[in-house]
Amino acid sequence: MGEGTAPLVRFEAVTKRFGAVTAVDRLSLDIAWGEFFALLGPSGCGKTTLLRMLAGFETPSEGRILLDGEDISGMPPHLRPVNMMFQNYALFPHLNVEKNVGFGLRQEKVSRREIAARVAAMLALVKLEGYGRRRIDQLSGGQKQRVALARALIKKPSVLLLDEPLAALDKKLRAETQFELMELQRKLGTSFVIVTHDQNEAMTVAGRIAVMDRGRLAQVASPAEVYERPASRWVADFIGDVTLIEGRFSAPGVMQTMIGQLRVAGERAALGETVWLALRPEKIVISAERPAGDVNAVAGTVHEAGYRGDMSVYKVRLGDRSLMQAAVANTGRGRRGFSAGEVVWLSWPADAGMVLTQ
Amino acid sequence: MSAKVKRVGGGRLTVLIPYLWLAAFFLVPFVIVVKISLSETAMALPPYTPVLDVLAGWDGVKQFAAQLSLDSYRLLGSDELYLNSYLKSLEVAGVSTALLMLIGYPLAYGIARCPRGLQPLLVMLVVLPFWTSFLIRVYAWINILQRDGLLNDVLMRLHLIDAPVAWLASDTAIYIGVVYSYLPFMVLPLYASLEKIDPSLIEAAADLGCPRWKSFWRVTFPLSWPGLAAGALLCFIPITGEFVIPDLLGGSRSLMIGQTLWTEFFSNRDWPAASAIAVALLALLLIPILVYERLQKCAIGEAP
Repeated sequence: MGEGTAPLVRFEAVTKRFGAVTAVDRLSLDIAWGEFFALLGPSGCGKTTLLRMLAGFETPSEGRILLDGEDISGMPPHLRPVNMMFQNYALFPHLNVEKNVGFGLRQEKVSRREIAARVAAMLALVKLEGYGRRRIDQLSGGQKQRVALARALIKKPSVLLLDEPLAALDKKLRAETQFELMELQRKLGTSFVIVTHDQNEAMTVAGRIAVMDRGRLAQVASPAEVYERPASRWVADFIGDVTLIEGRFSAPGVMQTMIGQLRVAGERAALGETVWLALRPEKIVISAERPAGDVNAVAGTVHEAGYRGDMSVYKVRLGDRSLMQAAVANTGRGRRGFSAGEVVWLSWPADAGMVLTQ
Repeated sequence: MSAKVKRVGGGRLTVLIPYLWLAAFFLVPFVIVVKISLSETAMALPPYTPVLDVLAGWDGVKQFAAQLSLDSYRLLGSDELYLNSYLKSLEVAGVSTALLMLIGYPLAYGIARCPRGLQPLLVMLVVLPFWTSFLIRVYAWINILQRDGLLNDVLMRLHLIDAPVAWLASDTAIYIGVVYSYLPFMVLPLYASLEKIDPSLIEAAADLGCPRWKSFWRVTFPLSWPGLAAGALLCFIPITGEFVIPDLLGGSRSLMIGQTLWTEFFSNRDWPAASAIAVALLALLLIPILVYERLQKCAIGEAP
């Protein structure tokens, strides 16, 4: 196997049904060599099923899965050159760290000496030197996660599958581990496919994200593109916070909405068609006075004010009773925020929003 | 403050209850058995001497202690009958436990791999025979195994045998009866430990290159070891002292220790000898329990 012209992984119109439930619905997707790819979606969207089909624990009801051009749809898991890191780690409780990590090699015709050497190298890679003789129940959550990672990587898989790998870690450790995973992926050059429901995690680690909704792909793009140019209202709403304003273009660049006439730049949409303007909270400026200059501005009263430390978030009730979200980075100390009931102005430039047609 | 003290006292009492229970229903009877085993037979009532006369006070106790002897234990060592009985018991218990493992493991494994909703029903079916009296079930086996019984009937109709086989009064009959009777004691602890195994461990083994049969030997079997050991102990120990099954189904050529004990007690009215047999049997059965404890300690203390 080598880096040929075929994509590393190709899902071809893959469908998976469990009884009457369709978990994955005619899904096609390519994953490239050396890529850090994320499958992101709410629970029950089919992302885990997709991963399990790639690992071989489920077989597609329809369609094919190709690995480096070879059809592996019916291949049992133990023959596939892919390895998985399980959500609960699935470490063998009757074996110590060393034996867990070396488990996959003992299957192959590898000498004991080489196993010991490769296990030691792997433990060093995940910064667990000296832990080889520990029993699994003597490890912390973060250490278990590293053992699971080492065990899945030791056979040098062509793809490493990670099923919610950081879900069991606390927030701080999770953030650290995300960067370690990225570093590890760069160092090894192995393709990583991660399944997660945490959009921040997907955006942080992955080069490309597939957003899934009810068994289908809602969008496949880079994190920046998914965030700034979502394909639909559903994606815009799932990834981060957003305010959606329904309206119609009455003229190029001019949108009629319930909160007045808004100017929108650089967006293409047919005149008269119902569209939605999606505005991210951090693109909106909140001020006590009506801002001067060439911007869209609407007045409202603060409905809720939330202080998050690094930023403050506001929900502002507009004239048509709808709520708009605005976020302000707290760059200076002791800056006065707004409180509930205050009248404020929300403003944004014409190119701050994106127009969605579905 | 006083409430707190009271609660501590109550707590201590709660801890004490199991010990009181053990003392009343295990330790005291056992001490009595040990005492009798150190006596001599006598044509009296009770049929042994000396009898401890508590009313005679300290002198009575001294007089009693002076008359105790180890004669009954010497008897156990002098007559081959007893040694053979012990060996026979260990043989039956060992072979039966091995058979129970071979039959019980696949059964427990099969139940644990069935759909979750079905498992309680299957476990119920394993336990169901307990609803009928043990004695009646052993009698039923006499019916099945006798010369013109069900087993010979079926085998002859299938032309597997030409003439009826004498199943009863043989070791085969003992093994059939024992394995049948003790199967739930093997299956239940095994099922409990197999059912606890996280299915993702098997998936992880498959992911790392294990075909099904190999992941069984490398993951499932080692993880079911505590259940297997518990099942083996639960079967081996009572089978060693089994009396009813060998008495009803077995022959009279070689007796198990339970039968020998029964003979000493009821036929020969030699209570001291019977008691000595019981005490020796208990000592014998302590060995597998101690081995099990040691193994468990090793498993827990493995690799600091």
